[in-house]
Amino acid sequence: MILVDRNTRVLVQGITGREGSFHTRQMLDYGTRIVAGVTPGKGGQEVHGVPVYDSVKEATKAHEVDASIIFVPAFAAADAALEAAHAGVPLVVLITEGIPTLDMVAAVKEIKELGVRLIGGNCPGLISAGETKIGIMPGHVFKRGRVGIISRSGTLTYEAAAALSDAGLGTTTTVGIGGDPIIGTTFKDLLPLFNQDPETEAVVVIGEIGGSDEEEAAAWIKAHMQKPVVAFISGRSAPKGKRMGHAGAIIMGDVGTPESKVRAFQEAGVPIADTIDEIVELVGKALA
Amino acid sequence: MKLHEYQAKEILAKYGIPVPPGKVAYTPEEAKKIATEIGKTVVIKAQVHVGGRGKAGGVKLARDPNEAYEVAKRILGMNIKGLTVKKVLVAEAADIAKEYYAGLIQDRASQRVVMMVSKEGGVDIEEVAREKPEAIVKYPIDPHTGLRPFEARQIVIDAGLEGNLNKLADVLVKLYRAYAGVDAFLAEINPLVVTAEGQVIAVDAKIDLDDNGLFRHPDLAELREVEAEHPLEIEALKYGFAYVKLDGNIGVLGNGAGLVMYTLDLVNRVGGKPANFLDIGGGAKADVVENALKLIAKDPDVEGIFINIFGGITRADEVAKGVIRVLEAGVLKVPVVMRVAGTAEEEARKLLEGKPVYMYPTSIEAARAIVAMVEGKK
Repeated sequence: MILVDRNTRVLVQGITGREGSFHTRQMLDYGTRIVAGVTPGKGGQEVHGVPVYDSVKEATKAHEVDASIIFVPAFAAADAALEAAHAGVPLVVLITEGIPTLDMVAAVKEIKELGVRLIGGNCPGLISAGETKIGIMPGHVFKRGRVGIISRSGTLTYEAAAALSDAGLGTTTTVGIGGDPIIGTTFKDLLPLFNQDPETEAVVVIGEIGGSDEEEAAAWIKAHMQKPVVAFISGRSAPKGKRMGHAGAIIMGDVGTPESKVRAFQEAGVPIADTIDEIVELVGKALA
Repeated sequence: MKLHEYQAKEILAKYGIPVPPGKVAYTPEEAKKIATEIGKTVVIKAQVHVGGRGKAGGVKLARDPNEAYEVAKRILGMNIKGLTVKKVLVAEAADIAKEYYAGLIQDRASQRVVMMVSKEGGVDIEEVAREKPEAIVKYPIDPHTGLRPFEARQIVIDAGLEGNLNKLADVLVKLYRAYAGVDAFLAEINPLVVTAEGQVIAVDAKIDLDDNGLFRHPDLAELREVEAEHPLEIEALKYGFAYVKLDGNIGVLGNGAGLVMYTLDLVNRVGGKPANFLDIGGGAKADVVENALKLIAKDPDVEGIFINIFGGITRADEVAKGVIRVLEAGVLKVPVVMRVAGTAEEEARKLLEGKPVYMYPTSIEAARAIVAMVEGKK
């Protein structure tokens, strides 16, 4: 397991909203230790028995908080992430989709300078199977096991986790890093953590077209990784210049092409799965 | 969202960057009138959302108002890469001494907006990047300070631009202000011209806006041009779907951008061609699925539909209900294959029992089946 476990104390920002309230219920049902919520102007209320505060600072005065998950609308989301970082929350998970990119450029820089780890935005969050879920994924498809997952996609991650679980391999921690061009944490930031984690025996990297995060991850793997890694890249048939759902999934000129990503992984000795079933097959082979 | 050259130049002018005097004309008469007002040689430029206008004959000089009329008449109505030219920019032709390049892009690797400046202006910058990468100076900008004059001056010096240092640097500073001010995704001045008299002007400009920032700029959001995009993409926008029109014949619908991209890949892998990308998003209810499927059914290119659902927050039975509504409405004239897994998978299967939908247990089997059905028809 990396980053989070059953003892992680979680704050929910935007807890009184539709999404925030719904997923607070889901996370509580999974066993996540949610200690407080924040919605400016709604301090003093309760959501599913969780006390609501007006600011992150007010919440952290009353509770110890290890991580915050953010369901605040796009126009205020980067500000919410900065609020959590400035209040000293060490791990911030930004779920919100559609945040203006320039807001993220400024926020990511400042949050990094504060020494806080930001995951997202536009991400499904993270889950340590059987321990805690700080995200919006369907918890039941993640069975505790041997494989770590890092992914730019949501649904595809659930597919991969379900397939690994069905095959008896299971997952340790799964991190959805998000589909936006500017995100807080990339593949290469998380690979070292999985490399150190005694429980994780192999890592699945689910990438997609756009940017060069996969290439950077491949370079890191080649130089440092001591565990088997299996890669998957979606959008391999996508046309150039078209944004495929995710703001970050766009091929610009020669940057972000699937060919470049495939080549980088091949050079790092990382096998590439063409289908979800092949992910399981390749991980199975690596761990046999 | 793409802006036209004249719209981009209006933004640059608002931020204090000199642009050649000019106006937009929708008719040859208007072009003549504008050329008369300018009273000098003008350049007439097709305003369409594609590159390579010059090569396609959409950019021409006119020495007097009568010639402006004739040139505008030829360019208006012209078809450039599938788009009809409906308006032209009539602008004063610059007396060019030097042509440079200045642009701003989002760089994911450095997580910054990066300014790129080159002496090699007036040509395709991607070509310069390939052939002579050393001719481009790249400078990541601190989002908290913006681009300051001393930094801009150093960029001008490092790029080896010749001309008035302060004027050139001033354009760079203002270009970043404009970029940040309108929440741009890309902003380019190409060429950035130094005239024979030593003036620095933006002779051509391109701005693409960040769709995520548009809510802050309702005036710019209004500039979205219906005719420049596929009509189904415009309709999808109304429903809030992520939809991209592609050039094949198999309609694809799924939940989650990654899953839909993967589904397109599978269809391609087994020899088919997708007609579209459509992500219904997370937690979609029956009515969302209904609208999405009806949208795909409207596409005359579609000869078969592949629905790929992995239930998580989205319930598979909600998807099934939406599919059934569309089936009952009788608007589907093509075969539909479906693969459902995850949350409420069993309920979905029960609902769809006996309905004219082909169900497959895996994505790859469903992909093979729909490709075979569509091919078999031919």
